[in-house]
Amino acid sequence: MHDRGLSLVTAFLMTVVAGACVTINIYFPAAAAERAADRIIDEVYQLKPDAAKPKAGDATAPK
Amino acid sequence: MAHRIWRYLIVLALLTAFGAHAAQEANLTIDTPAVAALRKGLRENFQQLRPLFESGAVGLTRDGNIALRDASAIPLAQRAQVNALIAQSNQDRAALYREIAIANGRPEWENEIRSTFAQRWIERARPGWYYQDTSGTWVKK
Repeated sequence: MHDRGLSLVTAFLMTVVAGACVTINIYFPAAAAERAADRIIDEVYQLKPDAAKPKAGDATAPK
Repeated sequence: MAHRIWRYLIVLALLTAFGAHAAQEANLTIDTPAVAALRKGLRENFQQLRPLFESGAVGLTRDGNIALRDASAIPLAQRAQVNALIAQSNQDRAALYREIAIANGRPEWENEIRSTFAQRWIERARPGWYYQDTSGTWVKK
């Protein structure tokens, strides 16, 4: 009988923990979405260093 | 009988907990063929739009699109062409948000992806470009 009571409590706690984790999982990954957006946006705006126009007098620019 | 059900519930809860944590920290996938094609289309489209952003004729909307802001900045003869460019860009943007959500197995994320992009398009915009603030007013960056 004690065993069963313990199982009930354990199951309840586990369900609560699992529920919390599932909530986190379903939650939108805002930071990952921002990184993905920035990659695409920089490419569209062409802000990447290799896409930038070479500056006049830039010592590192290949001749 | 009840005992067996509880044991089953415990195992299920544990599996769910571990599964959920394992799925946590990855990046969003943006490398599917559909997304790649849209990125290319947007990049090419933007080369034509860039002068319109610089003149303030076109601006970034708060909902992740672009819009004609000042029609008088565009000669009458070019307005139809500019409207077509804007429509094409907005169509590609909508498809991009949808395809990223689908690529990550979460079609329901489309709107959140759109609002993330809306903020980032504005954040990454060059000084002098126009964008809509949260109330929809045009602001010069």
